[in-house]
Amino acid sequence: MYGSTNLSEEDAKRMNTTVEDPEKLEAFESRIARGEKIEPQDWMPVEYRKQLIRMIEQHAHSEIVGALPEGTWITRAPNFRRKLALIAKVQDEIGHGQLLYSAAETLGKTREEMLNDLLNGKSKYSNVFNYPAKTWADIAVIGFLVDGAAIVNQVINSKGSYGPYCRALERICYEESFHLKQGHDNVVYLATGTKHQRAILQDAINRWYVPLLHFFGPPDKMSAHSEKLMKWKVKLASNDDMRNQFLDQYVPKIWELDITFPDPNLKKNNDGIWEFSDPDWNEFKKVINGGGPCNAERIAVRKFAEEAGRWVRQALMNPTEKYVVPLA
Amino acid sequence: MNTLDPRIKRLSLEPSAEVEKTNSHLITYEVFHQEKRGKHVTHVGVVHASNPEMALVMAKEVFGRRGKTTNLWVVKTSDVYTFGSDDEDMFETTPEKTFRDPAYYKVRDKIEKFQSKQKV
Repeated sequence: MYGSTNLSEEDAKRMNTTVEDPEKLEAFESRIARGEKIEPQDWMPVEYRKQLIRMIEQHAHSEIVGALPEGTWITRAPNFRRKLALIAKVQDEIGHGQLLYSAAETLGKTREEMLNDLLNGKSKYSNVFNYPAKTWADIAVIGFLVDGAAIVNQVINSKGSYGPYCRALERICYEESFHLKQGHDNVVYLATGTKHQRAILQDAINRWYVPLLHFFGPPDKMSAHSEKLMKWKVKLASNDDMRNQFLDQYVPKIWELDITFPDPNLKKNNDGIWEFSDPDWNEFKKVINGGGPCNAERIAVRKFAEEAGRWVRQALMNPTEKYVVPLA
Repeated sequence: MNTLDPRIKRLSLEPSAEVEKTNSHLITYEVFHQEKRGKHVTHVGVVHASNPEMALVMAKEVFGRRGKTTNLWVVKTSDVYTFGSDDEDMFETTPEKTFRDPAYYKVRDKIEKFQSKQKV
């Protein structure tokens, strides 16, 4: 659902100080400039590998954790068809997590190391999944707008330079187009329904508006930049550009249903750039650092699943098997 | 734990910082997918599994959820042999071998030249 390309200040500094073999670096960079992909067995700069692991791992965690707020509503879906669609969507998200863990694993970090780091808080996942799904309308809004935001991000990232990540993203985007369509269908159904249905939809939109603006990360003027990540096609668009693309695609689709966003300043300028009230970036930081409404619950549930299933995995383990890094 | 999910409420989970680390891990299998009878079997990705049978089950869940599938193959990653990427240059001269290319053989010009000569 999400791949964050935001650098910490430390990482941004290190990006510019790590020294690489100039000849290999040049061959690597000219390969990327020619539009070719990098494959796992190729030489790559230390920082390229490190930033990709961080980014793909975060993306994988977001898929797994992202299934939790939606999974909550499987038992309470309003009818059988919606229940089937929701089960399929949640299964997709877990499948996407698997694809992404494998892609990150080709870079040399095992899936178990990543899962450990999720549970001990060392690696992050998207903030947007630390908010509760209070009503069925939240499921509609998540399916349409959160997945819509994720698709903007993922389509851009699928044009990146690392082969296994691009291939995983192409498959993910293809599957997520169903999430988006069923989410839109669900939103339209509520918006064209009874007064109560419209009211819970409006309430859900009001609550998800700020988390959606936060989704793409801090404004460009606030975030640490790396020209190198752009050059290496790890980061392909700025946070502000992606946010603008999202607003441009989705705000009109909500407005046409006579549903509003809780921001009087939200409007499109003549130059095609969307204007909006700056959301509270302190809240963004607070949620990233564990202080969101559902952070503790998400990790506790993940930890329960990990511990409850451990004996099964251990019983299946064959100690004579030799582990090698996956190929592609 | 304060949660909106009735199932999670029933588990009465307590948030705690202690996490037992998992150190051992399953091996990976490379997955190959055949869309239709008669089509090529192509590599699509990787699954983690304890044995080939489980790998097939996982592969079906991850790569056979949508569209058409006639069969899936799984191969232990460690059983796949490949050239290293340093050896990529060994294929560099292949495109130069135009004598293997049907487009290299152009006879029409010669035939026309021959025919116009015959008419004279």
